[in-house]
Amino acid sequence: MDEAPRDFGFNTRAVHAGQRPDPYTGASATPIYQTAGFVFEDTESASAYFNLQEYGNVYSRIMNPTVAAFEERLASLEGGVGAVAFASGLAAQAALFFALLEPGDRIAVAKALYGGSTAQLNHLARKLQIAVDWVDMDAPDGWRRSVTAETKVLFAETIANPGGNVLDIELAASVAHEVGAPLVVDNTFATPYLCRPLDWGADLIIHSATKFIAGNGTTIAGAVVDSGTFDWSNGRFPSVAEPSGAYHGLKFHETFGVYGLLMKLRSETLRDFGAVLAPFNAFLLLLGMESLAVRMDRHVANALAVAEWLRDQPGVSAVRHPALADSPYRPLVDRYLPDGAGSVFSFDLESGRDGGRRFIEALSLWSHLANVGDTKSLVIHPASTTHRQLSDEELVASGVAPGTVRLSVGIEDVDDLLWDLERGLRAARGSAVPA
Amino acid sequence: MNEFQDRRTIQKIVLNAHTVAIVGLSASELRASHFVGYYLQRHGYRVIPVNPNEELVLGEHVYPSLRDVPERIDVVDVFRDPAAVPEIAREAVEVGASALWLQFGVISPEGARIAQEGGLAVVMDRCLKVEHARLLGRMHWMGFDTGVIAGARR
Repeated sequence: MDEAPRDFGFNTRAVHAGQRPDPYTGASATPIYQTAGFVFEDTESASAYFNLQEYGNVYSRIMNPTVAAFEERLASLEGGVGAVAFASGLAAQAALFFALLEPGDRIAVAKALYGGSTAQLNHLARKLQIAVDWVDMDAPDGWRRSVTAETKVLFAETIANPGGNVLDIELAASVAHEVGAPLVVDNTFATPYLCRPLDWGADLIIHSATKFIAGNGTTIAGAVVDSGTFDWSNGRFPSVAEPSGAYHGLKFHETFGVYGLLMKLRSETLRDFGAVLAPFNAFLLLLGMESLAVRMDRHVANALAVAEWLRDQPGVSAVRHPALADSPYRPLVDRYLPDGAGSVFSFDLESGRDGGRRFIEALSLWSHLANVGDTKSLVIHPASTTHRQLSDEELVASGVAPGTVRLSVGIEDVDDLLWDLERGLRAARGSAVPA
Repeated sequence: MNEFQDRRTIQKIVLNAHTVAIVGLSASELRASHFVGYYLQRHGYRVIPVNPNEELVLGEHVYPSLRDVPERIDVVDVFRDPAAVPEIAREAVEVGASALWLQFGVISPEGARIAQEGGLAVVMDRCLKVEHARLLGRMHWMGFDTGVIAGARR
């Protein structure tokens, strides 16, 4: 009792946060609470749960104990006050913007962005009358040029997909806070093991947990993590600060303080959207997170070895790994990503679109598929797949050329990965591949 | 500020307190003070409302000031303008309370110092309901970080 509570380290929290042995059965692994509803103790408790006066399980479209264990673990690793899980990263993103924005609002978003996010924001802009100002986040005054007193949210990825652009988080956060707007960072490619944007001034984190968090390519999942430090009562966010019609005039920020936005996101936005994470999927994410640190070390080492090797190969015109010594992002990597810049990066083939096709068809170990952050090494040709729906202008803005190939380097033996890549490069150059 | 957010102090207050006087407890069910009072009652604390503008809140008689409360107070839990805190802290010392708890946004270094010099444990800019839910309650069902890490079965 008199012993000081311990500040446990990252790896301990990756294994334990959010989950304790089940008090009733002693089960050591997190039980999968595969249930839609939860039986109320009595009518008084039921109404207390519905009125948000007491934390209680009501319905798995709003909360679920297995999902909550995942949410708490992710929040603990990111250094946030809490998290709300969603069925996918894009669901998390849409829900957060839906919760924060009103028709007519402006947001500032990094141009170098995952193609699916760009497409989603363009749709949101059209349907909800949101104006999106696309930001050149690499320019020293990029954010400052695009952000005005009207800007409600700034949004960027820690490491952009697939260009590998690294965000100057402190700079973006300071521009955001000058106009009373939150900085939202998609930390999917870095994971909290390599970078914790909240420590650098970001206010909210979005994850596609499908990637390194799940780790094994088993599960589509997303989450929003809140720092709890943004002042939602600054007059710019009526949906968080003003009375909510859904809860008899409750003011989420005033009543729940640092937990206000997350309470709203769960009990209003998630409830309305319905894009919930399934308990079994949360269980898989919990398993994945236990090994996050050891996997990331291997991912990072393999990816850097592959990038350095590729740079010396004939037929390769550019390698965009931000941790390479000559990368323009190297100073930002040294600052924000000292333990590594992830394992997803792209390179360009001199042989263009046809070379890209020949390269991918010649590979036998690497999998050609539309995911990243798996233990398995993955390869894709963005111009014909993930970024196909973007205009040429948007394609170039997000760092993609016709011959660009994106790699997600797994944790296999790196010599085997290089062996296969060499076969692909030979095919891209037009040489025969030995059987 | 961290001096007044010590986790050991918070733990002792949450586990040992029985009677909580809530200064500024509102009769409106939508106010944070009402959420906290309702929650603490549900979890077995004796809640004494202190508010000159109310008579009966949460089924309890409301006292105009701490000095009017006729029984021993363990925790003085404050939902008031920070400017009002120094005087509340002096009253808390006077009535022999064990702890002064200042809720989210109720930040008064002067009030905290007065209570501390009077021998009270002090917590500032924290929520009593949240800290109870973190340590003993069901906050872990809501995806919030409780900071609780344990592999032993207790």
